[in-house]
Formats: sequence, structure tokens, C-alpha cells
Amino acid sequence: MSGHSTYQPTSGFGKWMDARLPMARLMHDSFVSYPVPRNLNAFYTFGGILMLMLVSQIITGVVIAMHYTSDASTAFESVQLLRRDVSYGGLMQNWHAVGASFFFIAVYLHIARGMYYGSYKAPREVLWILGVIIYLLMMATAFMGYVLPWGQMSYWGAQVITNFFSAIPLVGDTVREYLLGGYSVGNATLNRFFSLHYLLPFMIAGIAILHVWALHVTGQTNPTGVEVKSKQDVIPFTPYATIKDAMALVIFFAVMAYFVFFLPDYLGHADNYIEANPLVTPAHIVPEWYFLPFYAVLRAIDFNIVIPFTDIVLIDSKLGGVLAMFGAIAILFFLPWLDTSDVRSGNYRPLFRIAFAIFVINAIFLGYLGSRPAEGIWVPLMKASTLVYFAYFIPILPLLGWIEKPLPRPASIMDAVMEKSQDEGAAHIEGSAAEPNTKG
Amino acid sequence: MAETSNIDGHGHDGENRRDFLYLATGAAGAVAVGGIIWPLVSQLAPNAREEAAGAPVQLNVSAVEPGMVITVVWRGGPYFVRHLTDEELELAADAPEDIFRDFAPLAARTGGPGVQPVDETATADENGAGATGGKIGRWAVMSANCTHLGCVPTEVDTGLDGWVCPCHGSKFDITGRVTKGPAPTNLPLPPFNFASEDILVIGADA
Amino acid sequence: MIISRLKTALVAATAVAVLVLGGLSAHAASGYPINKPKNVDWSFNGPFGHWDVGQLQRGLKVYTEVCAACHSLNLMSYRNLEDLGYTGTQISNYAAEYEVEDGPNDDGEMFTRPAEPTDRFVGPYANKQEAISANGGAYPPDMSLLAKARAVERGFPTFIFDIFTMYAANGPDYIYSLLTGYQDPPEDADVLDGLHYNPYFIAGNALAMSNPLFDELVTYDDGAPETADQYAKDVSAFLMWTAEPNLDERKKRGFVVVLFLLVFAGLLYFTKKKVWADVSH
Repeated sequence: MSGHSTYQPTSGFGKWMDARLPMARLMHDSFVSYPVPRNLNAFYTFGGILMLMLVSQIITGVVIAMHYTSDASTAFESVQLLRRDVSYGGLMQNWHAVGASFFFIAVYLHIARGMYYGSYKAPREVLWILGVIIYLLMMATAFMGYVLPWGQMSYWGAQVITNFFSAIPLVGDTVREYLLGGYSVGNATLNRFFSLHYLLPFMIAGIAILHVWALHVTGQTNPTGVEVKSKQDVIPFTPYATIKDAMALVIFFAVMAYFVFFLPDYLGHADNYIEANPLVTPAHIVPEWYFLPFYAVLRAIDFNIVIPFTDIVLIDSKLGGVLAMFGAIAILFFLPWLDTSDVRSGNYRPLFRIAFAIFVINAIFLGYLGSRPAEGIWVPLMKASTLVYFAYFIPILPLLGWIEKPLPRPASIMDAVMEKSQDEGAAHIEGSAAEPNTKG
Repeated sequence: MAETSNIDGHGHDGENRRDFLYLATGAAGAVAVGGIIWPLVSQLAPNAREEAAGAPVQLNVSAVEPGMVITVVWRGGPYFVRHLTDEELELAADAPEDIFRDFAPLAARTGGPGVQPVDETATADENGAGATGGKIGRWAVMSANCTHLGCVPTEVDTGLDGWVCPCHGSKFDITGRVTKGPAPTNLPLPPFNFASEDILVIGADA
Repeated sequence: MIISRLKTALVAATAVAVLVLGGLSAHAASGYPINKPKNVDWSFNGPFGHWDVGQLQRGLKVYTEVCAACHSLNLMSYRNLEDLGYTGTQISNYAAEYEVEDGPNDDGEMFTRPAEPTDRFVGPYANKQEAISANGGAYPPDMSLLAKARAVERGFPTFIFDIFTMYAANGPDYIYSLLTGYQDPPEDADVLDGLHYNPYFIAGNALAMSNPLFDELVTYDDGAPETADQYAKDVSAFLMWTAEPNLDERKKRGFVVVLFLLVFAGLLYFTKKKVWADVSH
């Protein structure tokens, strides 16, 4: 983080330690004196919530792993034993499973906030890319975790998703066999997925530290999109952001607890209460809700791409679907360069706001389509919705930067805050002790 | 809350209210942390199935002749069951107290039916869990995990010597009383009883 | 001001989405089951849901005397019947009516003995293959998790209301509806030979199992009506219990936890207000 440290060790031990391993100083500078814009709204609390969600998933996951067996013949039953016979086992399992869903709820809100307030724009491109990497790792972790209970959806999800890789020309089938450790999804697959499901969260934690580091180098964005200009604009992280994040966190966990205790199966699939059966595919196989938009994109491509006026297939429908699906995620990496506008916050971009609202509604609709069977009216809708998804990134975002006339922006964060206070007819007088720490 | 009281310049009452609020919030936070830790610790206990499987076991010992030792399993751990001969009982009863590191009378180390008290004066002491009062039984039933660090002692069966631990050399007599360290105490007795002449129950007192 | 405009836009967009999705789902209402499951007012519904132990005991009786002829209950042990208010002796006696294979004994031979409370429920067949072959190719599913493994899609927008009504009885509702749903097929129904028409069946218009429950089939000793409808209710509730024996405990805990978190959130809200009182933001 930039700027000099304000940490003052008081105790003798503190001073001794500070000269050797200044961990307390690092914590103080990152989470106590760290300056944050004074105008952050509730959407800025999801970063902290996500960090706690990761911790919560790791803790419950470690507990579940104490009772779980990753053997195909006993995996399903071991989860049931955990739920039935282990003290608080059902709670742990529900918390972990529902937690995965809420992790994604939080991450989607976090991403949407970043997209609306232009958090990916210079100088925060690396911060954004690290975030997308975390998102990718989360998807891999969630997918492999869902395989572990070894129910019908676990098994057939693994079957379908590993088949993505068989779409790779020439080497696809070999790649898939290496992923599975066999000729079909089986015991070897389950074992390696368990191993990787245990590993990946710690990789997420590592990237998350880089993500926070990158954040603390550039500082946070804020709803005005105007960079911090003076110490008037900021307040110290503790107690202001700490107490706000804590409140948001507890509200978030209260909602999650409602699901854990009263609707634990609401976000799951009934078919996963049937043990994996390699001979019978469930009638209606769908991924977990957080993958549904991408599943719709996958199924929207049901046609071969041929060289015009010939019968030569360039990309068959299978590869095309997989490419479109991975493309839908990969395009996020290029977002910082696709958005050509100089204005950071969507609040001052009238056309962008419309485009963004359409993007969000379309993404939710795409998710709904992902849960529908690929037949009848649903297929053309999937195609249209997929088109709208990609159109947001190319060409709408680049074009908007050219044609849009942004609204006037405040000169500084403090100006915006003062204006808002006057709007509300309740101008506050600055308390002397709210004096923020300097930044630089 | 002294470090935060300079945030504003409210009067004394406001400060009290605020202090109370901070205190209540902090207390709720402590409750939350406790509520998280409790299930995490609780799940470590043996689960309901382990508990149910740890119910007493019954076995027919009619085939175990005097002089024989069998090893039985209860709650996943090994237990020695020795049918003592008359000579062994006499040997064990006559052994001088000072050769034992943790002396217990024979009556406290044995149980079971068909016994003639060899030593009328012996009574069960605090080590006598499972023993049949002041009577000496023909059966010695004990845990087969050394009280030093848990290895299973090897049977030697020469005279008074019953077992030697292969890990660190502790010695036990034929009723499991320690005669040489590092084991500090005798092999512990499980709760046991004889449901009939031949049926030994390990895991429950009579 | 900007925020409020954003809110209006979001609300409007949501309203449009609701209308569109609602319209679309109406079109999608095809396939099986033909009839949506009937909703039963179970004692275990809602935030204060709890078991009706008498009902579970009756359900066990129906399971034992009717279902157990074909359906196993592999994940349950006899000891679990303690939850239904039975004493250790009653459970031992119940278990002892079944034989389990054990061993090998000291001679290396397998032997059978009466089941004990720690044993799992003894199923009607030795293995899945035998079950399939004995039932003409149709596998009678294990019933331990049946009440969680069956859920008829609720459709939009019902699935959103379900969040607030805490609807989680898809399984027992389905089982009850199926058991009471056998009827003569309509003229135009195409029912395969050997199958039994049932508009509540989730995977077709007919299933291999024939109507298993009739009035006065099982004797109740607690005065509950001896009707097929009551049997179906009781056994559905019983299967919900076998699918999640800790359900009532979960809800009791949940009430305390959610209440606590709300109070905690309230305290944090006021603390936050105090902390931020003199900072314009």
C-alpha cells in the first residue's frame, strides 16, 4: 500500500516484533488506518462478505472432510451418515451446500457492482483480472464439490462437464480420459475431484490476497467514480468501514441462515438424493443455478459453423457451444479495454445505465433459460439472449464510449457528499475526530 | 470504550447510552463466536453410529480352557481375556506386594464364576471396577493397550509374568498388574460381567 | 436522486421480467406429472414444524406391513426408532423379527442371527439385482431418501413465493398424491401393458407399482381412521422422517439462530449509526 505507515507499537513486545516481522503493522495499515472513500454504499460491502464466505466454506469443508469418504461405493452413504449421525453434521453439510450458493450470490453482486461503477478501468485492470481468476477458480471448485456427494446430479454433471473437453479437436477424448482417470466417470474421478476440491479454495485464498493487495495499491473506487483527491475524501477503515461491513455481513448471514435452516434443499436438486447410477440419466439434467446462464449459452449453439457456400464444417455445434460458453467468461478478462469511456461510474453515463440494466436482466433471463429444456421456443430465446449477452461487450461498450454524452461529474468525493447532504436538507458539520488518515 | 469516546462531544447521558450499545453489540458478537465454535467442537465427538456400535459385546467363552488367553474387540480396541488356572491364581495371590508398581489385590483384578476365594482378606479397592466384590474370579479381563503409550503387550506366560510390551518394555503379570515401567499403572479393567457360566459381557457391569 | 432513479428502473425491470417469465412458464407446462401434487398441511411444515410422533408410528406400521414387501430402507437402523418414542425392548423385539447375515465366525462361515438395534433395516431382497428380477424389471427404489429425492417442479412464479412460505414438502406431497392418485385411465390415454395409470406419477402416465393401499388394510390402535387416504398421509410423513430424522431439530435451531442474527444485525445497525453520526457520507 502506498503512503507511510501510521502504526505505533505501544508495548515492548510490539516494538520487538515490529523490528522483526511487522505483521501487526501490515494489519494496522490494511484494516485499521487504511483510508476508504467516505461515500461507499452497501454494494461495496460484498468484498468483505466474500472473504468471510471463503473462510466459512473452508471451515465447514474441513469439518465435512473429516466424515466424508471419497470412495465411489461409500461416498453417498458417508454424506448421509454425516447428516444423520454426526453431532451438528446436518448443519455443517447444509451450511456448506447453501454456502456455495450464497458465495455465488455475493460474487455476482460484487461483479455487478464493479461493472456498474467501472471498477475495472485504469489503473485497476490487474485488480479486475485477479477477480476474474478468482471467479474461474470458484466455478471449478463448486463444480468439483458438487460431484462429491455422488448423487445422480453429481455423476451426470461430471459426465457433461468433462465432455466439454472432448470437444477439443484431435486430442479431446484423450484429454477427457486424463481428467477422469478412466474411460468414464468413476472412482478415480471422484478421488481426484476430492483432492482438487480441497486444494482449490486455498489457491482462491492466495489469489484473494493478491486481489486485496492490488486494491490497496490503487485504493477503492466509489459511486462517483472520481478518484480520491484529498484527505477530506476519505475516512479510516476502522471503525467506519469495519462496522458497516460487519453489519452487512450479519444481515447476509441471517438471510443465508434462513435458507440453511428452513429451506436447505431449495437451491439444490432432488435428483442428488438418488445415488449415482451410470446406467440411468435423470430426465431433466441441469447444473446448479449459478452456472445456468453459461449452460444456456452452451446450448444456444446447436448449429455447425460452415465455410460459406461449401459443406466444410469449420466448427461443429459441440465445439461451438463449448467455445461460446468459455468465451462468455473469457470476455470478462478484456472488459477493461472494451469499455472506451473515460467516465468511470455508471451514475454519470445515461446510455450505459440502460445498457447495463438490459445486461443484468438478460443475464438473469439467460439463467432462467438455462433451467429450461433445449426444445421448442426456448432454443431461439437462448440464441437471442446469448446474442444480447455478447453484444453488451462487443459492440455496445466500445461504441458507447464514442457516442455517449456523460453527465457533469462532481469535482471531488467531498463535493458529491456535500451536495447530497444539501439535497437531503441535513448538512452535517464535520466532527473533529472524524479526521481521516492521510493517503500519500 | 475509552478509545472511542473522543469521536464526538455528546453529553454524559449520550456517552452512557453509547457505551451500553457498544457493550451489547460486543456481547452479541461474543455469543456469535461461541455459537460458531460450539458445533465445530461438538462434531468431533464419536458419532451416533459409533456410539451405538460401542454397546456391550457378548461372547461365549466355554471353549476357553484354563490357561488360555483370547483377545476380543470392544469399541474398536483389543481386550485380553485370560482363564486362570489354579496354579496361576495361587502364584498371583502369593506374589509379594513390592514387586508391583501399582499394587492391586487379586480380587480387584479378576472376576467371573466358579471361584473359591484364595485370599479371604482381599477386597476390591478403587482399581476394582468390574471385579466381583471381595471374591477372586477365575477370569482376568483387561484392556490390551499398555498404560504407557498404548501398544499391545506381547504374551510371555512364564510363571507370574503375563505380558511384555514390545514398544518400551513394560512388564505385566498374568492379571495385568504392572511389574516394570515405564507403564505407570495396571492394565485397566473394562466394565464386564458374566451373564451366565459361559457368557462374558464386556462393556457393562452386572 | 440517482439512486432512487436506479431503484425505479430496477423495480420496473423486475416487474417486466416477472410478467414475461410467468407468461413463458405457462407455455412450458407440459409433460409429467399430468397433475401437480396436492398440498398437504403437514405437521412438519413451516418455521415451527415438528413431527407428529403418533403419525410416524402409524407410518412405520404401514411401511412394515405394506411397503416393506418390496421397498428397502437401507439408511435407517432399528436404533433410530428411539426417535419415534419406542423403548429399547420394543425396538429389540421389532428388530429380532428380521434375520441378518453375519460372520464369518471362527470357523470362517457366514451365519444368520436375529437383527439387533444397531443393524440397518433388513430389506426384502438380498441385492438390487434380485429386487429387479423379482419385480419384472422394475426396481422398487430404496425408500430412505425417497421424500427428498422426488420433487415436482413448482414453476414460475410459485418457486419465488415458496421462499417466503418455506415450502419444502415437495417429497411428501408427491408421495401422498401418488399413493392416492391411482384411477382409471381416460379414453385417450396410452397405457403400456403391466403399468398402472396415475396422473401424479413424475416420469410418465403410468407406473409399474399397482395401487398398494386400500381401506382397512392396516389396523391402527390409536383410533386414527383406517382409510387409504390416512395410510398414504402417515406413510408419507414417515418417509419424510426417514429422509431427514433431524428435521424438527433443524427448525428449532434455525428459529434461534435467525432470531439471534436479526437482533445482532439490529444492534450493529444502531452501532453503525452512532459511529457514522458525525461523518457526512
